[in-house]
Amino acid sequence: MKELLSGNEAIARGAWEAGVTVACGYPGTPSTEILENVAEHYKDDMYCEWSPNEKVAFEVGVGASLAGARVMVTMKHVGLNVAADPLMTFACMGAVGGFVVVVADDPGMHSSQNEQDTRNFAKFAKIPLLEPSSSAEAKEFVARALEISETFSTPVILRTCTRVSHSRSLVELGERSAPPEVGFKRESSKFVAIPLWARKMRLRVEERSGKLDELVETSDLNRIEWRDRNLGIITSGVCYEYVREVFPNKSVLKLGLGWPLPVEKIEEFSHGVDDLLVVEELDPLIEEHTRALGIPCEGRNCVPGIGELSPGRLMPIRAAMMGREANLPSPVPEAADLPGRPPVLCPGCPHRGTYAALKKFDVAVMGDIGCYSLGTLPPLDKMESLLCMGAAVGMAHGMQKAGEPRKTVGILGDSTFFHSGITGLLDVGYNKGNSTIIVADNRITAMTGHQEHPGSGKTLMGQDTYQANVEDFGRACGIKRTRTVNPYNMSEMVAALKEELEADEPSLIVAKAPCPLHARKLVGPKHTIDASACVGCGACLKIGCPAIEGGGGKPMINQNLCWGCGLCASVCPKNAISESEKAEGAQ
Amino acid sequence: MSDTTSVIMVGVGGQGILLASEVLARAAMQAGFDVKTNEVHGMAQRGGSVMAQVRYGEEVHSPLILEGTATALLSLESIESLRAAHYLKDGGLAVVNTQRVIPVTVSSGAAKYPEDDAERVKKVFPKLKAIDAVAIAGELGNIRAANVVLLGALSLGLDLEMEHWAAALDGAVKPQFRELNQKAFEAGRNL
Repeated sequence: MKELLSGNEAIARGAWEAGVTVACGYPGTPSTEILENVAEHYKDDMYCEWSPNEKVAFEVGVGASLAGARVMVTMKHVGLNVAADPLMTFACMGAVGGFVVVVADDPGMHSSQNEQDTRNFAKFAKIPLLEPSSSAEAKEFVARALEISETFSTPVILRTCTRVSHSRSLVELGERSAPPEVGFKRESSKFVAIPLWARKMRLRVEERSGKLDELVETSDLNRIEWRDRNLGIITSGVCYEYVREVFPNKSVLKLGLGWPLPVEKIEEFSHGVDDLLVVEELDPLIEEHTRALGIPCEGRNCVPGIGELSPGRLMPIRAAMMGREANLPSPVPEAADLPGRPPVLCPGCPHRGTYAALKKFDVAVMGDIGCYSLGTLPPLDKMESLLCMGAAVGMAHGMQKAGEPRKTVGILGDSTFFHSGITGLLDVGYNKGNSTIIVADNRITAMTGHQEHPGSGKTLMGQDTYQANVEDFGRACGIKRTRTVNPYNMSEMVAALKEELEADEPSLIVAKAPCPLHARKLVGPKHTIDASACVGCGACLKIGCPAIEGGGGKPMINQNLCWGCGLCASVCPKNAISESEKAEGAQ
Repeated sequence: MSDTTSVIMVGVGGQGILLASEVLARAAMQAGFDVKTNEVHGMAQRGGSVMAQVRYGEEVHSPLILEGTATALLSLESIESLRAAHYLKDGGLAVVNTQRVIPVTVSSGAAKYPEDDAERVKKVFPKLKAIDAVAIAGELGNIRAANVVLLGALSLGLDLEMEHWAAALDGAVKPQFRELNQKAFEAGRNL
């Protein structure tokens, strides 16, 4: 039976069919739906969890693998940076039960702070990497990765990307294989990475690399498709599909194993074609390898290395080969002056109140990864830097210690705080910092679509659990000035900020209100603007609420979009905004 | 590539573009075609421009549509149709909701929503169905079914049978919304 599955659904299915019993990770676009699907469909057969961050998830996976279980760990590309420490040494130690880490790259940065190429990690850690090009392969490659992991005692990376994870295609479903027996067999020289034994592990990595070099020559994951031999194209992952679309009659060497790269197969292929082209997204790993073999090829000279590829971006290459211009249509002139439509904080979002209050102070605001990063764009325009998960706290502290004349503020969300903000806060407390840290605490991982976390009171498997409080961590980190504020209450929020910014010691403000989109409940009664009282000053438009429509004349509140948070009423100097007469129930 | 049907769908986060693309993909699957879809998640509920792509045929490779080759375009918002117009092939069908969704850039005074959006849409798309889908869905009882009204209008321009659409709709929506969505689809198809 065939089903239409996204790459992420297929990966979840693949893990289930392959007898995986432990699946863990941290949410991150475009990887998030993998574990959501595990929880929705397979949790009776597989333990699954959202770990606080990718490093912990990876370590949970290592423990399970050492016990003999088949394991899948999931994350987005930048998550592997966080998990790089356990990755690099586990790569030497080697897996017992099959261990696949699914890493979702985001070429083009649809929803990411950079577009790093995860294949470099496979090279760095000397471990195999598989690259599916469709949902069917995404499912199949999970099992193949686990087999390779067990055969060669190595963790294996399954590299997906936005266009594999979030594309749907047809997948043939299979049955579940029996999971392996679990029971940790103690063997210190294998599992304890002290220098004495780590040196032996290092030698085993080299032996393993030799065997993997043989595998990539013989595996059917790397296949040559002979068609017209005047041009041969080496490609991998989703780029294979673009190549087949744009060059349907040309020969192709498809590398399902993105690392290590074969030698003989590339030589055989290059000897069989007149001209050789490498089509790969982001870094030129295949091209450099091919050139190092002394084989001339086209690659980065004509295939863009920045952003994601597409059929459209390959068309100029085909056209140039025919001595023509590609002549792809570009946006119509009628679209030239259209207003931009950047993503914005949702109507009713509690973060809007936090930023509206913050705007009243001249402070340096270090931001972080999450919905509240949208506070950097006009009209809120109040977040001045964003680096990586949890960085807001350390950056605010460092900027203060450097002597920044303005008071420094770090703002991050609750899930991000649990992920990697806690250690930063410990630093602020320990090293006598003076920053104000705001945790925009909406009790859920909102940006990636409402995943549970240690503060939400529920596990990924749907069990009720201990609910971690940000405030408790603040006090434990030595932040005496820790307080909770309602971000919908403008005057309370402004007063709290004023006090904490004036204090000569560090402080933690927990701006706490659940995400209304997650609660699926209006914050309060919907609001309207009394046109007779409105003077058109535009104060309500400065909070950037999509429900308030302006841009000529007096603003109006779209009743279909209003979530009734009332923030607009609290910023209106003429009291022209009040609750609508017909307040409705749930949105 | 030539036998593949490609449909590009655009709109604003929260308008129901993902459901529309899922129904079309399921209908194509019902009809026995190979199918690929793509959509960009993440910003889908946050008021940004969103795009979904559906392709079906004997064998489909790329989930992404080549500019200038889409068989049809479905736009849930007036000016979003213009942003994606260059994906449509010459003479392709455009189904465009006349609804305007005002971006925050306009509300805050940083940009202007074009007054002449309807004229621009008419000029850019020679084969156009401009539909006030929100009004039609509202008459049927729920404006959120506007996406399915448009899908009904789109269905006449594609080579899929009504039985495939019906099965796809039933499979994609929750039972309590089936009747509403069936009516919405019919309303769009009968325009």
